[in-house]
Amino acid sequence: MLTGTALGVSALLGIACGVVAYTFVYARGGSYLTDAPAACVNCHIMREQYEAWTRSSHHSVAVCNDCHTPEAILPKYWTKAQNGFWHSFYFTLGRYPDPIQITPRNRRVTQAACRRCHAAIVQAIDSAGAAWEPAYQSDCLACHRDVGHLH
Amino acid sequence: MQPSEQTPSPTPTQSSGQLAKFGLVVVVAALVTIAGLALLVSIFERKQEAKNPFFRVVELTDETEDPAIWGKNFPIQYDTYKRTVDQVRTRYGGSEALPRTPTAADPRSVVAQSKLEQDPRLKIMWAGYAFALDTREDRGHAYMLDDQTYTGRQARPQPGACLNCHASTYVAHKRAGQGDLLKGFELVNALPFAEARKLVKHPVTCIDCHDPATLALRITRPAFIEGIRHLKAAQGIKDYDVNRMATRQELRSFVCAQCHVEYYFAGERKRLTFPWHKGNKIEDILAYYDEAKFADWTHAETGAPVLKVQHPEFELWSQGIHARSGVACADCHMPYMRVGAYKVSDHHVRSPLLNINKACQTCHRWPERELEARAQLIQDRTYQMRNRALDALMDLINDIKTAKAAGRPEADLAAARSFHRKAQFYVDFIEAENSTGFHAPQEAMRILGEAIDFCRQGQMTLRQSPSPSPTPKQ
Repeated sequence: MLTGTALGVSALLGIACGVVAYTFVYARGGSYLTDAPAACVNCHIMREQYEAWTRSSHHSVAVCNDCHTPEAILPKYWTKAQNGFWHSFYFTLGRYPDPIQITPRNRRVTQAACRRCHAAIVQAIDSAGAAWEPAYQSDCLACHRDVGHLH
Repeated sequence: MQPSEQTPSPTPTQSSGQLAKFGLVVVVAALVTIAGLALLVSIFERKQEAKNPFFRVVELTDETEDPAIWGKNFPIQYDTYKRTVDQVRTRYGGSEALPRTPTAADPRSVVAQSKLEQDPRLKIMWAGYAFALDTREDRGHAYMLDDQTYTGRQARPQPGACLNCHASTYVAHKRAGQGDLLKGFELVNALPFAEARKLVKHPVTCIDCHDPATLALRITRPAFIEGIRHLKAAQGIKDYDVNRMATRQELRSFVCAQCHVEYYFAGERKRLTFPWHKGNKIEDILAYYDEAKFADWTHAETGAPVLKVQHPEFELWSQGIHARSGVACADCHMPYMRVGAYKVSDHHVRSPLLNINKACQTCHRWPERELEARAQLIQDRTYQMRNRALDALMDLINDIKTAKAAGRPEADLAAARSFHRKAQFYVDFIEAENSTGFHAPQEAMRILGEAIDFCRQGQMTLRQSPSPSPTPKQ
């Protein structure tokens, strides 16, 4: 038998859980667990990047997550969790640079994605030693910054 | 708590401990609820702001000239448009707000600095022409109509054609032509300035660049419609109709090029004409003027038939790397900005050097100081070369003056005068252009270099021994 107090506390916790659950659904929280590019424009900050991607050379072969998250499942969701938290944090508080810029960590993720898909070409043009010394690796994005999306 | 009769009542310590636990749970649950709700409301607000790109609160027609009415539908654009009253200097451009005592004839209480006072060589270059009376640094769009109405150049009669680029003339032209834009344009061009001035109310406004029904960009200036048709014909494209054939990205430059170009008033009817019939590089333009035997005035000191160049921003930009890469005027001078969920063009048209983050860094991911230093280096070099070219021009003018005073025959002077015309056109092209070379750095240097060479050649013609006979030399 639940006592009255326990009932009250449970109700409070239930309300808290309910509010949080509803907020999650309303904010389309579930969509962030998928690979759908539309999830990235749930908020309007990346609309320009999204629209540019729909017109880019890569849009038929790669979606956002192909280039912006690692391939393996754990690093992928760790990256999503990290970015998800900081994006929500800055968007909610309204403190972010405009035009938005990629962070060094995310740039490394993208660079790795270039090298993964274009391994054959990359191997041919990398300088000797690139396999064990990242400093010798060619920087794809220095020249091809706009293949995924302009800006 | 409802203690049963068998169990003893909890001691006061037990009871207060449970109370504290209870309180803690309530506080935590309350905080979670507050955070959840706050986030929910924030997400709701953000979703709402993204819903409507704009609200149509007034009807706009093809007669709506007043920008304040457009501003009711587009408050963000209107707000930034109003800021063109700002007077801010860059190293070589921009304007300083100088106070002046208003008079009955000129009620302006603030003007920009005088270029003639800054560089007296300009007075000699323009000797005998109205620009030697009063030439000030250009100010923002908000001042274009007043600055033309009250300039000291009005001491010489000016035609209504000036207003093509100093006022919002689209509606005025249509009214004057009773619906026919081209006819109205021809009529207003030929009017004296004071009479034409009564037909217009505003400096450049929304309707000069935007279709009121779709808000799409469109060309409203007959001189540009004709000018670009000639230019395209010179490039092998026949019957070019700019409003039908130009892409949106091209229009984001073309609407500016309705005014930021070299022009002249052709014939007695003062028809505003862009001299692009042979192309829009400097030599094409000069070749056109030579063929049309056009001169703005006869130079007071040398007697050469000379030309005044007017802000050829579009022409110089056309020769630069940004044009080649498809970057439009608006990309740097009216960059996109984010206001809430809206992405709008900044209608505070100004120097990109005052807005490097939005204007340059969207494409060039280098530190702001680095980009600024790079642009200023280009301008420093152009300015130094411009100074040398102006010095060379002063020397040529002096030599011709001396030769004239010494009684050299007209035939001898003719060749030197022809070089004076050329050299001055080249120097003035960069002097009058508003980017101090930035729009096309290499082309600007080439033009100034050639100007110096024309001065040298002009001086050389005077070093030859005087002609024995009065027959003109070829």
